Amino acid sequence: MNRRLNLKAWLLMLPALSLLIAFTHWPTLKTFWRSATWAKSDVAPSQFVGLENYGLLIEDPVFWKVIENNFWYALGTVPTSIALAIAMALWVNGKIKHKGLLRLAYFTPTILPMITVANIWLFFYSPDIGLFDQLLRAVGIDGPNWLGDPDTALGSLMAMTIWKEAGFFMIFYLAALQTLSPELYDAAKVEGAGPWRIFRRITFPLLMPTTLFVLINALLNAFKLVDHLFILTKGGPNNASNLLLYYIYETAFSFLDSYYAATLTVVMLVALALIALAQMLLFDRKIHYR
Amino acid sequence: MRTTNKNLAALALSAVLGFTGAVSAATELTMYYPVAVGGALTKIVDGMIEEFEVQNPDIDVTAIYAGNYNDARVKALAALQSGKPAQLSVMFSIDIHELRDLEAIDAFDDLVKTDAEREWLDGFYPALMENGKADGKTWGIPFQRSTIVMYYNKDAFRAAGLDPEKPPTTWEEFAAVGKKLVKKDANGNVEQWGAMIPSTGYPYWMFAALAKQNGEVLMNQAGNETYFDKPGVIAALEYWQDLGKKYAIMPEGVIEWGTLRQNFLEQKTAMMWHSTGNLTTVKNNASFDFGVAKLPGKKELGSPTGGGNFYIFKNSSPQEKAAALKLVQFMTSPKQAAHWSKATGYMGVSPAAYQTEILQDYVKTFPPAAVARDQLTYATAELATHEAGRVRKFLDDALQAALTGQMSAKKAMEDAQAQARRVLRRYQ
Amino acid sequence: MSTWLQHLSRFSAYLLGILWVLPLLYAFWAAFHPPEYATQFSLTAPLTLENFVSAWDQAPFYRYMLNTIVITTLILVSQLFVCTLAGYALARENFFGRGFALALVLTQLMVMPEVLIVENYKTLSDLGQIDTYLGVGLPYLASAFGIFLLRQTFKTVPQELEDAARVEGLSGLSLIWKVFVPLAFPTYLAFSLVSISYHWNNFLWPLVVTNTVASRPLTVGMAIFGAPESGVDWSVISAGTLIAVGPLLALFLVFQRQFIQSFMHAGIK
Repeated sequence: MNRRLNLKAWLLMLPALSLLIAFTHWPTLKTFWRSATWAKSDVAPSQFVGLENYGLLIEDPVFWKVIENNFWYALGTVPTSIALAIAMALWVNGKIKHKGLLRLAYFTPTILPMITVANIWLFFYSPDIGLFDQLLRAVGIDGPNWLGDPDTALGSLMAMTIWKEAGFFMIFYLAALQTLSPELYDAAKVEGAGPWRIFRRITFPLLMPTTLFVLINALLNAFKLVDHLFILTKGGPNNASNLLLYYIYETAFSFLDSYYAATLTVVMLVALALIALAQMLLFDRKIHYR
Repeated sequence: MRTTNKNLAALALSAVLGFTGAVSAATELTMYYPVAVGGALTKIVDGMIEEFEVQNPDIDVTAIYAGNYNDARVKALAALQSGKPAQLSVMFSIDIHELRDLEAIDAFDDLVKTDAEREWLDGFYPALMENGKADGKTWGIPFQRSTIVMYYNKDAFRAAGLDPEKPPTTWEEFAAVGKKLVKKDANGNVEQWGAMIPSTGYPYWMFAALAKQNGEVLMNQAGNETYFDKPGVIAALEYWQDLGKKYAIMPEGVIEWGTLRQNFLEQKTAMMWHSTGNLTTVKNNASFDFGVAKLPGKKELGSPTGGGNFYIFKNSSPQEKAAALKLVQFMTSPKQAAHWSKATGYMGVSPAAYQTEILQDYVKTFPPAAVARDQLTYATAELATHEAGRVRKFLDDALQAALTGQMSAKKAMEDAQAQARRVLRRYQ
Repeated sequence: MSTWLQHLSRFSAYLLGILWVLPLLYAFWAAFHPPEYATQFSLTAPLTLENFVSAWDQAPFYRYMLNTIVITTLILVSQLFVCTLAGYALARENFFGRGFALALVLTQLMVMPEVLIVENYKTLSDLGQIDTYLGVGLPYLASAFGIFLLRQTFKTVPQELEDAARVEGLSGLSLIWKVFVPLAFPTYLAFSLVSISYHWNNFLWPLVVTNTVASRPLTVGMAIFGAPESGVDWSVISAGTLIAVGPLLALFLVFQRQFIQSFMHAGIK
């Protein structure tokens, strides 16, 4: 390894690394530091308070509520999105009529901005005058107050998230499906295996690396996707649909309390680190980074 | 270096936006303002600013629409912190304590110089000044101010055999009238509700009305104490719950602030409580005969005032402050206030505004336009405390918890009070 | 498979397809009909363009559109440049600390800029970059995803090709530019489309860091324009939505095959 090459390589890395350090690594460290300080207001000097903010965190019922919600949000959106994505990919990859149109339909949500479509979903969910309640009334059912009832608010948000994500994940499966060799399937058919058996024994196992990759992405999105909250519920009613990132935003930019917001962010960072760790320990052998 | 860049950027910007020939000696003002009701309000504000600029060629005003009340505050403060210009802004009337805690604003008493200006300062409705005063000084000047009024569908009243000129004036009447207005289809599903009171967006505001009607206020003038757990306040929340649970004139669960107007216009509810700021939009879009009334009362009539005040920021130059004061005076002058009120439904902020020809004629042909003003006699200040965002959320969450049946009114309000007390302790 | 199951499967496929385009269909319905029909569906409803006029009137869409285009372009150009250099170094250079450098890069895949809005906002405020195009772009100018994608592609370039190019006298940046970049064209296309659709639709960070129409992109403008606080008027909002997604949607419909192929290409890597 010669020195000149060494320097040149680091020079090539310089723009990327300086940007990443300035806007990823350094702010991460600063978040930890800020979570251990406090000031009366943004104009006052801050002081070191140790773990005091974390004490507040433990006593804060909203914090526990958003953690619980984020858990359900992940559990509700990730497996469903993945299952739908696989189904969509299989349909579109199969012998169905109007394949192109169908693929287009599934993919459309990916390119629509969540924030603007949320207003249309607001109409779907509106009690009495909304589309879903109108449809339900047509069959004689008094529809629920989707977003206004704590029992259905989070579920309603999840439905929109799944709508947004499934088509995007379908693409990854479609790509993977097209690399599978047809001979495998011919052999299976010769042996008389049914479609379900083929899926379970051949397709699904071969899609495993894709599933793991999608799984990680879906998990990250479960923390990141909060755009629709701004329009649909603002986290209400009574935090029934509040999520961690939205609560961080609220704390920092409505309550103007960046110290507590930093404390909440630390929790988020720890959660992301755990996901990364799980990925490295469990999955890395199966996803081939070459 | 930075200034040069900024000037260049400004130059490029004005070229892009098509501004021409900026006068070099002009005082430049930047103001942020929010909109929280329907209609093309930005156009109206732009029109008023333009008129001001014509009258004052030495002052350039950039008015920036920043979203809702919270956005406007955040964006204006962000501008100040990052060294961008902002000399004045319209922000929530209840932001006063927080803005003072941040040492961001000046008192108008220290800005006015002439007798005429002092007179102007005394010319507003006292009820609208309640949220603008602290420590004996005036920090906010009323601009887009409202109270909550009751919109009701006169056609629905007739259909239910009720007198459309006699809207309910007491809680008992409100429940009884509401019951008669509920319409169900053959399957027993509700086609038209008796009434709706929104419980997203600004639930604490609606609640202040109920509390006042029951003879209670929610906080002290200094903004460091709340009274959420008083028996009278809890009783007010229990009445709100009962409208859905006991009397069944209102859907249970939370009612969306944003879509409520649409519900009313589509006759899905016969009455709604909403800001007067919606009056003009309702007037323009209602396909039926509607009326506007004061809110009903229990011990007394009552509604909180609401909406936005003008604030002037501390770190502007004396010249800018003088220009800003001029702009505020213009925007709240009787003529402009009258024009603004007619265009939006917001209140004319001074008695003089209602003396103008515009509003006199308007009230004559459209009496609902005066309801908000008449209600001022019974009005109270809106919930304004230190750490307003947090405290408001405590109350909003409690209200939603009670309305969705997650908690009893008593438990919810006691929790909210305990949390508010914890946060406000530092300011006592 | 029994035919009954086959039918069910096919039925579900189409049903899902309809469900998936329903929001877009509704947007078209509401945008082209008078407000009275926004929540009522009738075949006889008259058509109108009125909603587009009032939407266009109520918000400076052309300015928002310009902002979005400038921001998206700024980010993309910078990403392509930065990621090419870093991707090449990580793929073809053997240097001390490469593993560490790669680890630093990959951190961003997990700790997305969205998570760090609080600190990044403070940084941008200190830099005086609030409410500027650069401010909206800065946290995204380097993309771990892009670096990783290009690294994987550059790795597949045969060593003989590189050697041959070196014999021709190419080295350093010109080697990258003349040999590696052209070979990775499909990857660049794929990454560009992913990046464009991401940043065209990005909301949270621009919301935090923009103040005025000077830099406010379409998403933030639409959020303010359609904020439920101001009373929802679905006809006008739908018209606004169609204006906002129009360019991207049109581009997508025309090039949908290439679009999806490119996304798939990005997916395989």
